Amino acid sequence: MASVTIDDVRKSFGVVEVIHGVSIDIEDGEFVVLVGPSGCGKSTLLRMIAGLESITAGALKIGSRIVNNAPAKERDIAMVFQNYALYPHMKVYDNMAFSMKLRKAPKDEIDKRVRAAAEILGLDQLLDRYPRQLSGGQRQRVAMGRAIVRDPQVFLFDEPLSNLDAKLRVAMRTEIKALHQRVGGTTIYVTHDQIEAMTMADKIVVMQGGYVEQIGAPLELYDRPDNMFVAGFIGSPAMNFLRGRVQGGAFITAMDERIPLGAGMGADEGREVVLGVRPEHLTLVGEGQGFGVDVVVTEPTGSEVQIVAKHGAEELIAVFRERHQPAVGERMRVAPDPSQLHLFDGETGRALRA
Amino acid sequence: MLPAAAFLLLFLAYPLGLGVYLSFTDARVGRAGSWVGLENYEFLAGKNPLWDFFAIISNEVVGTKYELTGDPVFWLSVFNTLLYTVVASALKFAIGLYLALLLNRHMPFKAIIRAVVLVPFIVPTVLSAIAFWWIFDTNFSILTWMLRSIGVLGEKEVINYLGDPLNARASVIFANVWRGVPFIAITLLAGLQTVSPSLYEAATIDGASRWQIFRYITYPLLTPIIAVVMTFSVLFTFTDFQLIWVLTRGGPFNSTHLMATLSYQSGILGGRLGDGAAISTAMIPFLLAAIMFSWFGLQRRKWQHGEGND
Ligand SMILES: Nc1ncnc2c1ncn2[C@@H]1O[C@H](COP(=O)(O)OP(=O)(O)OP(=O)(O)O)[C@@H](O)[C@H]1O
Ligand SMILES: [Mg+2]
Repeated sequence: MASVTIDDVRKSFGVVEVIHGVSIDIEDGEFVVLVGPSGCGKSTLLRMIAGLESITAGALKIGSRIVNNAPAKERDIAMVFQNYALYPHMKVYDNMAFSMKLRKAPKDEIDKRVRAAAEILGLDQLLDRYPRQLSGGQRQRVAMGRAIVRDPQVFLFDEPLSNLDAKLRVAMRTEIKALHQRVGGTTIYVTHDQIEAMTMADKIVVMQGGYVEQIGAPLELYDRPDNMFVAGFIGSPAMNFLRGRVQGGAFITAMDERIPLGAGMGADEGREVVLGVRPEHLTLVGEGQGFGVDVVVTEPTGSEVQIVAKHGAEELIAVFRERHQPAVGERMRVAPDPSQLHLFDGETGRALRA
Repeated sequence: MLPAAAFLLLFLAYPLGLGVYLSFTDARVGRAGSWVGLENYEFLAGKNPLWDFFAIISNEVVGTKYELTGDPVFWLSVFNTLLYTVVASALKFAIGLYLALLLNRHMPFKAIIRAVVLVPFIVPTVLSAIAFWWIFDTNFSILTWMLRSIGVLGEKEVINYLGDPLNARASVIFANVWRGVPFIAITLLAGLQTVSPSLYEAATIDGASRWQIFRYITYPLLTPIIAVVMTFSVLFTFTDFQLIWVLTRGGPFNSTHLMATLSYQSGILGGRLGDGAAISTAMIPFLLAAIMFSWFGLQRRKWQHGEGND
């Protein structure tokens, strides 16, 4: 086990730079999730850590050693691929034993480690099968088994659950998390699914377009997003944004309605800002409070009701635990929890904090 | 269904059947001939074919002088055919695999280089054989000229490529390899491209060196296609005719006569249809053996297809 330090790392393919100076400190034993939209450079960054992609500039340290130019086999990392990359001509046992066989480990040592890993993952009965004789979830487990047997410095996962159906994905998510708690090990996990990130991570790195937008614990990102991108990316359904300006300690919407700001929410008088409100922080209120919206769609999910509504031209979503059933086109009034408001600069999208 | 079966019967089975039938007669060109049973085979293969088989190998390889019970030329052609097939196929496999691995890498002008590799395969055999006839000409050979310019050969020295038995064998094998490599290289390249790159990456991370990746990943995954392509290659090489006929006509001293060329020579040119047919028919067991070998080789790939849980 080791820490990983990524210091101003850049990556160019030819003349195109796709990673623009990324710095992340990952502590020993930490579970870090890299999350971001498709094409933001998550896989590229992970592959640079693995040694599958060269590092154009910056420094990558595993433990205290700079490994920029070390070949993959010297970095002592294990990786779980999106398509699992199991060797089709080897049985499950041999898939898991391959790395140790290459290192010429003693046979009984290999056997012990493979069987231990198989037991952790519930693969004991499947060791004699070929990958094609396994279900998707079982293949996924074998891929993880192959990583565990290595007992590496760092585990890398690249969207390991994206080929599984929704139910299995939730189950495996729990399993991977439990596995991390049991086996330990520094883990870097790539996903574009923010729920996966929120539920699994000790620390989330939100990326966009080759830049790091914010690094923090899941609830920290949820409660105090640094910018509109993170605010909109973390949380589901996504945060609502309303454009307007600040006047007399309140936010004035495009429809000239007043939303009082909570204490300590500093913004200069008259400034163009964006107000961020999470759907779950809106409540239904009576006449004379909050601001008015026109209902567009009502979506009951059983445990809650999601309402899509419009405030002028701006669309927003509200989630209620109570079973409100407003009709489409109905006008209603909602109010945000003043302590759960977020203000962003109208131009840069940066969070405005006192 | 029925017309197809009739068609197959007429155009595949009939010539084969006729050939086998002729091998049991003393037919000559222009004369029907009568049934002679195994007489042709006895004349060719002798009273003790197994003895003859090992005797000819011993005579050719270590220079013993054992008497054969059958026709020495026939047995020499059997030896030549096996030598030609084994050596040429092995070389074609090695070079073809190497080329395929090379072409599978990233490099500039990839498409053009791949197309160039195919050239020997596209040129008609007779045409390339005639080119080789020039290349192997004692006086005008470009090979001799090259060897002279790099100083391996003296100014007046020549190599008798096709006139000396050993040289002639090497020369026809060289020509056959040149012609056969593209087919193998391109087929194996196609096989290589079906191997997911993430397997190589997984193996790299597992700590495999380039050689180990080849040995434990690439090669095993390629074995099914290797079995298929090498079966075809062996069949084509074993039955080769054109190249030999243009280059040497079996000479010198029958040292490059293959069963196919000998069959043609005695059956058509010599007019002894029965003999020629018997030589051809004698090729069938060898070909069947080659097919069985690769078929059983293919069967064992459990990871690839079929059911079963072990
Ligand atoms: N080999 C390559 N050559 C050129 N550009 C590349 C190469 N690999 C990736 N890129 C580019 O780098 C950027 C980041 O790609 P990357 O695969 O890291 O995205 P990602 O965040 O993993 O996305 P996804 O969620 O879709 O997997 C993309 O714009 C992609 O087009
Ligand atoms: Mg990716």
